[in-house]
Amino acid sequence: MNPVFTKGGKKKEVLGTMKKHGLLLLVGFALVLCVSCGGGGGDESTTQEPIKIGAVFSITGGASWLGEPERNTALMIADQVNAAGGIDGRKIELIIEDTEGVEDKAVMAVNKLIKQDKVCAIIGPSRSGPSLAVIPIAEENEIPLISCAAAAQIVEPVKKWVFKTPQKDSDCVVRIYEHMKTVGISKIAIITGTTGFGKGGRDQLIKLAPEMGIEIVADETYGPQDTDMTAQLTRIRGTDAQAVVNWSIVPAQSIVAKNMKQLNMDIQLYQSHGFGNIKYAEAAGDAGEGLIFPAGALLAVDSLPDDHPRKALLMKYKSDYMAKFNAEPSTFGGHAYDALKLVIKALRSVGPDPAKIRDQIENTTEFDGTAGTFNYSAEDHTGLKKDAFEIITVKGGKFVLYPAVIMS
Amino acid sequence: MGISIWAQILQYLVTGVSIGCIYGMVAIGFNIIYNSTGIINFAQGEFVMLGGMVMITLTTGAGVPVFIAFFLTTLIVALIGGVFERLAINPVKDAGVLKLIIITIGGSIVMKGIAMFIWGKETYLLPHFSGETPISLGSATILPQTLWILGIMGVTVTLLTLFFRYTLLGKAMRACSANRVAALLVGVDVRRMVFFSFVLSAGIGAIAGIIIAPISMMDYNRGFMLALKGFSAAVLGGLGNSTGAVIAGFMIGILESLGAGLISSGYKDAIALLVLLIILYARPSGLFGSREELKLKSF
Repeated sequence: MNPVFTKGGKKKEVLGTMKKHGLLLLVGFALVLCVSCGGGGGDESTTQEPIKIGAVFSITGGASWLGEPERNTALMIADQVNAAGGIDGRKIELIIEDTEGVEDKAVMAVNKLIKQDKVCAIIGPSRSGPSLAVIPIAEENEIPLISCAAAAQIVEPVKKWVFKTPQKDSDCVVRIYEHMKTVGISKIAIITGTTGFGKGGRDQLIKLAPEMGIEIVADETYGPQDTDMTAQLTRIRGTDAQAVVNWSIVPAQSIVAKNMKQLNMDIQLYQSHGFGNIKYAEAAGDAGEGLIFPAGALLAVDSLPDDHPRKALLMKYKSDYMAKFNAEPSTFGGHAYDALKLVIKALRSVGPDPAKIRDQIENTTEFDGTAGTFNYSAEDHTGLKKDAFEIITVKGGKFVLYPAVIMS
Repeated sequence: MGISIWAQILQYLVTGVSIGCIYGMVAIGFNIIYNSTGIINFAQGEFVMLGGMVMITLTTGAGVPVFIAFFLTTLIVALIGGVFERLAINPVKDAGVLKLIIITIGGSIVMKGIAMFIWGKETYLLPHFSGETPISLGSATILPQTLWILGIMGVTVTLLTLFFRYTLLGKAMRACSANRVAALLVGVDVRRMVFFSFVLSAGIGAIAGIIIAPISMMDYNRGFMLALKGFSAAVLGGLGNSTGAVIAGFMIGILESLGAGLISSGYKDAIALLVLLIILYARPSGLFGSREELKLKSF
């Protein structure tokens, strides 16, 4: 906390000479804000300065259920690393900023982290829109940024300083289409949210359909705060679609499942990996049973075979998270886990130099994370292949591996 | 597979009514405070959110039966509305309309923040009052919960209209809105009326939150969007007119649903807002508001 206080203190001196109580009050308020957002794991007992890592998550706002597990996870890992003696005797200090899931807040936060806090790397943002918005800043200032968002555009084309840990949405589409082919579905309707995640998914669904032999017969959207999708679904019901793909990351996606049931539609519902939060399955209730979606293995860790290469890692993350926060971990927290672990791994070998960290991450191979085994390269800043997605279904209100899937 | 276009349109209309009754219900709350103070209470969406959240806590958390929890929640939120008025609105001396409106915006941010601390950021569910088995209306289906909303809304609007037209208290509240000074001169305790109006509208907001929560789900952040759509309905119906608000709510809902179904779901909000703008351009006082009345208001 110390650095934050000294900064606030300086501000106070400058403005104090202006002898305006109103201003003083304002500064006091700003100080409180600084302290409350600043957070972090600094420790006064270390003589060496801590290594500063920035984190930008949508902790409040419409996508807070992404940012909250991400922040929790990042704090948990920072604590674990510091408790074990830090990196070469230096503690890590996580400076967490809240984007509220909004582009301009994300831009401000990243600017602050780079210019004011002088962090050596940044993890986040949580959402695709804000991630795309902050890419130019990371590039210009030459600070490695490891996004926790899904859209393939974040790393396609490859940006020198930008990486991401979640699976690409295009791979998710491929897994859905592959599954459709195994069960003989060729005509589909898509319904997507109007958020960055939804739009990114819609683009990929439309782009990949022709080459995979899928025909999209209806293309509907809905807003993040909408409460009823029966109009869109009625339109879909009027087509000869054999399945519906819903691509969204907001709670409203549970309503799609409910509305389909309300309209007595019995065609298969596919969801994106944005469905990867057990709350959504709970919200959908009976209507969610049997829907299919690709997601990281973490969600169905209990039903993974024991010889799964990352089962132990996933089980540990899950039990640590549940012990500390008394809540189920989600794949989103897992993305922050992977991002921070990557940075820490790079720090251990090259120290807090942004350029060296970047090179180190780009050369990371065979790195086991929650989302899969990462193999980064100069051409691939996602590091994951489509097999990082498992096909998951909802059964008895729980996420389980879809049994009949042939791994390709 | 083909389902006839008329069957589809029937479903769009039913869907529109389902969405519209949510908007209308929220709009009614705006009207009460407007009717007694002439201000738009931008914290109205927060009362709706609180209604939903308190109800969920009482029923699924504390196990209170739905029927009792309904009244208990309404009472609790009405009290919150009263406290809000006493703390934030009442102490402001010689308050202009604009000043008060800005205070309500501040109030909504505070309430949202407190709700976030209490309930966190998760989305909560409230079980439907009488199951989720859809009811068939010809080729269209409707959820039983929508019927609950329609029924409770009908009762609320009727009672409110009677209250404002025929009771002394209701008339006094309306007098405050029409002309504050004149109301004072004839012996109306304006400040008390303002207090009552906040209590009443918070209570109505809570009822709205309770009955729509099973359909819309509820989280601390829900209030704003609900308030925005509700506000549109209130303006379209003519501010202060509860029946107008309900009809306008249905109109917006049906426009959205037909827009989504027949034209494009990407433009459904734009279509609804465009129609709203056109109507307001032609009739600034709203569909059911009177032009003369609007001129007498202070803004």
